[in-house]
Amino acid sequence: MTPLLSVKDLSIGFGGAEPVVQDVNFDVMPGQTLALVGESGSGKTITCRAVLRILPRTAQFRSGVITFSGEDGQLVLSQLTERQMRNVRGDSISMIFQEPMRSLSPLHKIGNQVSEVLWLHGGVSERQARRTVLEQFDRVGFPDPERAYDSYPFELSGGMRQRAMIAMAMVSKPELLIADEPTTALDVTTQAQVLGLIKDLQQETGMALILVTHDLGVVANMAEQVVVMHKGRVMESGPAHLILEEPAHPYTQQLFNAAPAIPDQQTVGLPMPAEDLILDMRQVSKTYTMRSGRGWKAEKLIYACRGVDFKLARGKTLAIVGESGSGKTTAARIALGAEPPDPGGEVLFWADPDAKPTTVHKMTKAERTAFQRQAQMVFQDPYSSLSPRMRIQDAMTEPLEIHGIGTPAEQRDQAAAMLQRVGLNADMLKRYPHAFSGGQRQRLSIARAMMLDPSLIVCDEPTSALDVSVQDQILTLLEDLQDGHNLSYLFISHDLAVVARIADEVAVMRQGLVVEQGPPDTLFYNPQHPYTKALIAAQPEPDINRPINLKLVALGAGSPDSWSEAFRFTDSMIPSLVELEPGHKVRCHV
Amino acid sequence: MLLLRYTAYRLFTMLLTLLVVSAMVFVIINLPPGDYLSNQIAELQASGQSAGVAKAEFLRKEYALDSPLWEQYMIWMGFMPGPHGFSGLIQGNFGWSFEFDRPVSEIVGESLWLTVVVNLAAVLFVYAVALPLGVLAAARSRTWVDYTSAFIGYLGLATPNFLLALILFYYGHRYFDIPIGGLMDPRFEGQPLTWDKMKSILVHLIVPTFVIGTSGASAMMQRLRANMLDELGKPYVETAIAKGMSPSRMLAKYPLRVAFNPFVADIGNLLPSMVSGSVLVSVVLGLQTIGPTLLTALKTQDQFLSGFVLMFVALLTLVGTMISDVLLVMLDPRIRYEGRET
Repeated sequence: MTPLLSVKDLSIGFGGAEPVVQDVNFDVMPGQTLALVGESGSGKTITCRAVLRILPRTAQFRSGVITFSGEDGQLVLSQLTERQMRNVRGDSISMIFQEPMRSLSPLHKIGNQVSEVLWLHGGVSERQARRTVLEQFDRVGFPDPERAYDSYPFELSGGMRQRAMIAMAMVSKPELLIADEPTTALDVTTQAQVLGLIKDLQQETGMALILVTHDLGVVANMAEQVVVMHKGRVMESGPAHLILEEPAHPYTQQLFNAAPAIPDQQTVGLPMPAEDLILDMRQVSKTYTMRSGRGWKAEKLIYACRGVDFKLARGKTLAIVGESGSGKTTAARIALGAEPPDPGGEVLFWADPDAKPTTVHKMTKAERTAFQRQAQMVFQDPYSSLSPRMRIQDAMTEPLEIHGIGTPAEQRDQAAAMLQRVGLNADMLKRYPHAFSGGQRQRLSIARAMMLDPSLIVCDEPTSALDVSVQDQILTLLEDLQDGHNLSYLFISHDLAVVARIADEVAVMRQGLVVEQGPPDTLFYNPQHPYTKALIAAQPEPDINRPINLKLVALGAGSPDSWSEAFRFTDSMIPSLVELEPGHKVRCHV
Repeated sequence: MLLLRYTAYRLFTMLLTLLVVSAMVFVIINLPPGDYLSNQIAELQASGQSAGVAKAEFLRKEYALDSPLWEQYMIWMGFMPGPHGFSGLIQGNFGWSFEFDRPVSEIVGESLWLTVVVNLAAVLFVYAVALPLGVLAAARSRTWVDYTSAFIGYLGLATPNFLLALILFYYGHRYFDIPIGGLMDPRFEGQPLTWDKMKSILVHLIVPTFVIGTSGASAMMQRLRANMLDELGKPYVETAIAKGMSPSRMLAKYPLRVAFNPFVADIGNLLPSMVSGSVLVSVVLGLQTIGPTLLTALKTQDQFLSGFVLMFVALLTLVGTMISDVLLVMLDPRIRYEGRET
């Protein structure tokens, strides 16, 4: 059988430098799914874009032949004119991009942007196109296609926008779909649903799929063929079950070892100790009022946090897990005193075991300064959390200068020592942040947070912008530091697998409420809440025999009023947290 | 419906703003000690012409310049009856110009709409030049097209307007027989509008439009180019290409629509800056616009004349911002639906 798409000896480079994609070969059979796996910088995105010839202007196509044997006969894509190429794009081969938030024009209606594909290729009338698009919307799971047709992208959630992108890519019934990290920017439960949708559509239409991803779990759930790329070269390729079960290349093995997974638990875990607390959040709520923009309409209340109770013991880690908008970041900001809670809530902090607690939101100026030495933060995006105009040394010694600690020479020595502590070299002090990779930058921001020798660090998704292997290293570093300095972490994440590894207690949040809370082992052994179950089920495992259970995901990932009777909540009626076993609480009606 | 309500709302706020502006204008004009008449009286007394003094005193009474400032303001605006009953701005009486010894409406009459014509022409010129050049420069960025248009643009920005005006006049007259100075042939001045008069105005408009518009156009072009370049790097552009759109169609439909916002928002700034910026040009070119009149009025503390001209400029500004705001609401759904529940 002739392959649908055949890529031979592909090499692409920028300027005079070494090629970023070198001698890449692969074939895609009709109806089959091929996964291009690799970390950032592996050349997987450039490779898949080369197929459609939508490379950056400075990229040079150095060598290679790309052949597409579809219904229109054999086309050598690498030799077509730009005009001929336009007929292929969006018609026989279409593409889905990573960021659904930004891949749709904000100023045009969804329906217009999707129908456009048909106007361009089918030459159909506006009315016919509308009908076809509405059918497609229905198939990708829009509850109200008519309404979606006339919506603007900013009126839809991320998952819905990605569905619109999928509809756009599918509406012309392409023979090949290229999906470039289609679910990376989505929450896990949404990711599971979108992957399921792509798979269903593929079965219906019989199209082939190239899936670009860094997540082996996604590969296990989707692919028949796998190509593993590293630094522009193919490391290993072959059928998915072979590569996933017996990875031959050391790089593939390394990827496997780094991928976090939710462990199989046989027993419940130990609850977090209740004495020697460092942080105690009591009945913390936060309500924002959103102005409606028009003076005469009522203001809308947004409940970012509702009655949150957290106790964090010294030297332990409390993880808050939830999707975007669940209130996890708000809770952390309140814990740091960056924002006051609504009246009635309070946050207590113990600087050391015998000290009297201070109330974080009622501190004097001196107390606040002392508190800021004790509590530090590590941010999500290592690229924007370091000033590009400050040398590493200045960024690291700045906290010491602010608090007036040590002479400049002592400060510099301390910065050098801390760099070594986080696994970097002391001679990097004079460099600027742009000279560092994402993982190194995250080490730098951890080092900066550690400069004041704090006892509490709030980590806001510290690894979600990083590759899996780097994520693994950063988590190891955080664990090391915790052991060495008796640190306490308030760890925010959307990824249960990451949390499984580092947390002593996990709180699962949804719409500002903690729905289930307990030691991670207990949660994985005996999850009670449908939302927790959905989160666990949605986690893609790099094991081809354990596909995502979409039914469980669908049961828990919907809105809280679709949950079963025992767990349901509405704005006016919220069940309370019930302790099932020591340290394991679930929000349900009893 | 929504648009109508928004327009009504903006009209209302515009009137409020105008009211505040009027008070500020009046106060600021009256900040320097004395007024036109008291200066005049002092001068007349010094030279011993008592007849003139009597007339000035009469005018003082006539225009209530002897009453407290707030009363003068109320009378000027027409909120309070003056010596002749209600007769202020809102009743359509613009007051008396002491300097020219004529009613304000007579002095500004024709120059008012000529100002509007000149500036409208300049604004249209700015947009007509900046739009294609800006888009072209962005689409062909870092090629000779881009560099050439940037060079010409910087020349336009850097050349002083009045110098450009003189050069254009000289060469325009020499090679194309374009008339020098003024906004129409002198024989049409004060005549009712006829077809010939209109033609004369149009021919006279060429040079002023070009002179007043060049710097605005080149600044606008650079801004549009920068915005377009930002937009061209966005993922939705890639999506459009992956759909199989042709580059020109893609450019016009997607990035241009987004880059258009600041372009439209500038209308509000453009109008007033041209009115005040073109004073020098108007003097050099001998244009009968309102700019030179304002200058004289301010110098001689001719308070009703300068007050009226300032109010007119404020009105132009407000109308400009209102037009751009309403256009933005029409163009950008994100603004239209701000605050709508999603």
